[in-house]
Amino acid sequence: MSPTFLYTVEVILNGLMAGVMYALVALGFVLIFKASGIFNYAQGVMALFAALTLVGIQQGQVPFSHLINAVFGTDIHHFGWTVPTLLAILLSLCVMILFAWLVNRLILRHLVNQEPIILFMATIGLAYFMEGLGDLMWGSDIKRLDVGLPSGGSFWLEDVTAGWAAEGSEYYGMYIDLLDVWATMIAVTLVIVLTLFSQYTKTGRALRAVADDHQAALSVGISLKAIWVIVWSIAGFVALVAGIMWGAKLGVQFSLSLIALKALPVLMLGGFTSIPGAIVGGLIIGVGEKLFEFSIGPMIGGATENWFAYVLALLFLVFRPQGLFGEKIIERV
Amino acid sequence: MNLKTLATAAMVTVMGTSPVLADLVFPSLSYRTGPFAAGGIPFADGYADYFTLLNERDGGIGGVPVQVPECETGYNTEKGVECYESTKGLGSLVYQPLSTGITYQLIPKASADGIPIHSMGYGRTSAANGKVFEWVFNYPGTYWDGAAVMVQHAKDQSGGSLEGKSIALLYHNSAYGKEPIRTLEELAKVEGYNLTLIAVDSPGQEQKSQWLQIRRERPDYVFFWGWGVMNQVAVQEAANIRFPMENFIGVWWSGSENDVLPAGAGADNYKSLAMHNTGSDFPIYADIQEYVVDKGLAAGAGDQIGTVLYSRGLYAAMLAAEAAKTAQEIHGVADITAAQMRDGMEALEITEAKMEALGLPNFGPEFSVSCANHSGPGLAAIQQWDADSETWTIITDFMAADRTVIQPLIEEDSKAYADEAGITPRDC
Repeated sequence: MSPTFLYTVEVILNGLMAGVMYALVALGFVLIFKASGIFNYAQGVMALFAALTLVGIQQGQVPFSHLINAVFGTDIHHFGWTVPTLLAILLSLCVMILFAWLVNRLILRHLVNQEPIILFMATIGLAYFMEGLGDLMWGSDIKRLDVGLPSGGSFWLEDVTAGWAAEGSEYYGMYIDLLDVWATMIAVTLVIVLTLFSQYTKTGRALRAVADDHQAALSVGISLKAIWVIVWSIAGFVALVAGIMWGAKLGVQFSLSLIALKALPVLMLGGFTSIPGAIVGGLIIGVGEKLFEFSIGPMIGGATENWFAYVLALLFLVFRPQGLFGEKIIERV
Repeated sequence: MNLKTLATAAMVTVMGTSPVLADLVFPSLSYRTGPFAAGGIPFADGYADYFTLLNERDGGIGGVPVQVPECETGYNTEKGVECYESTKGLGSLVYQPLSTGITYQLIPKASADGIPIHSMGYGRTSAANGKVFEWVFNYPGTYWDGAAVMVQHAKDQSGGSLEGKSIALLYHNSAYGKEPIRTLEELAKVEGYNLTLIAVDSPGQEQKSQWLQIRRERPDYVFFWGWGVMNQVAVQEAANIRFPMENFIGVWWSGSENDVLPAGAGADNYKSLAMHNTGSDFPIYADIQEYVVDKGLAAGAGDQIGTVLYSRGLYAAMLAAEAAKTAQEIHGVADITAAQMRDGMEALEITEAKMEALGLPNFGPEFSVSCANHSGPGLAAIQQWDADSETWTIITDFMAADRTVIQPLIEEDSKAYADEAGITPRDC
């Protein structure tokens, strides 16, 4: 095989896995939008907050220690213990559930029946508040997140594929990051669990009922407030997973909140109401932007991925305004 | 952001534009929030702590207390300009914007207002030409000097010649990241290496395509111009593809603890430029402990002392204080103005004896500034990361950049600016 063909395959595979990482973030947006019609601007910051909380708990950091020290003149930073990863993840999940309850109690219940734009603005405020709160709770320094997942190129794959190229050609084997492979497996598991939950549990069916028609769901006795808490909790869980995967790649830092920017074209393409849409959209964006950068990028100065993802999404929007898997808009005249 | 910062910000707001003539004012345009806070906080802490030390130990500079009003820019150019406008009336002596974008915006404003700017190792490189940029300084070195020192180091590593070698420049796709391109292109003609340019869009969280390209093309060296999250991702990706880290060299803004710690052992042997030494193993830190930390006056949380970017903030403050002392000597007054501060900066001479007396022996290079040359000789060293001990170590002497290539570029760019801005170059 020619090295160019093999490199193209490598770019496609890496694009698919980058797409899974984008889809992880997009999933959180979809869950909340589907159940409540809210475009949650704070989803990226939720991933950051969840990852900060996880590292803080793991390392036994005292929350708000800078504030406590400044007010009381103390010098405390750590409890002196570390928490095993799995327990830390569970505790972080509890924090995200508490966060979901507070968001509903303090913000959303006061905004019932408001215009979607008002709810959207509320999530903008929430995003900035959470960014500041995360800073105050856990500090602004860049933290290393180690949850035991392997990372780096796969030696095995490199060795196996190194001989695939034509003899005499300069080919060094195929590169795939093990962390991306793990992210893919986790994302697939997450989607299966979410699908099973929504199809086969009473709560899942209630979620789908609310997503289909709020008023009809209310009329059969489904509590909208309880459902919203559940949805925001699930979105918090998805944010925690996204925060772990991205945090393991970048380190846990405030730029983590900007991963939401990578999810927007995925949502435009896949639709705001479809879980499979988020996954397929992520894969198309991931492969599309990587292939464009590989084939056209060098001719036009590179750094094309950020804008090309949006161009790709816009192209799809022209033909399917509701996104690839979004619900078809039918208006009766 | 801690309470101290909030209090300072509130103070700046309350004071508005009323001048405080009794003190020497060195505003700190900091960024303690947002995606670049991890880099902004230690610099701001080092800058503030040095002046606190001077106030507490020496009663200020030349007997005049120092004020460091802090204003949060968030590394945002518009906010940076707002900070400048809101603090210049305090009697500010010099601005260190800590952002190339803000520096570009402030150059015409500060020049018109008669307030010097010190963009230490960032900003507009051709501001080195003091004949055109009367109010702007970028000593002890510029980006172009940095690029030339990287080439010199690669050449030394390659047995004295780069003929036929390949170098890839991985850069932040912005005015900052593009600064070294022209220099590296000109040096490629002289040294005979092949240069590949690889851009990364801001903020740079996703660099898979760029590193797959590096893996395919196997350059002998990767030079790196990044900031913020781009740094951590690049070091991690380089480790992932098992690029030889001793051949991966970052600019001085890509060489702090923040940039390498997330990659763990994979970052071992990564190199970067250094414009000064680092660590807390210098006599001045005993004074900082006694007069600043023990008195509860440390800036921020006090947890950044001795880090690379804290050292840079401290170094920037030291250079500002020494320029102020020089200005006081030249003009025979203690309560200097911004114009007098500019004279002090232009006559600044940093010697090893002076640094030793300040408690900073072998901390930075010796250099002097002149009317024509606002960047000094363009000195930089190379530092290398040891992942085991989690420390940076300077592994070369401070090297002077080859100005035979750079000087014509400085002349050309500054002449273009002078023509555009209608500036008649000074005679000096």
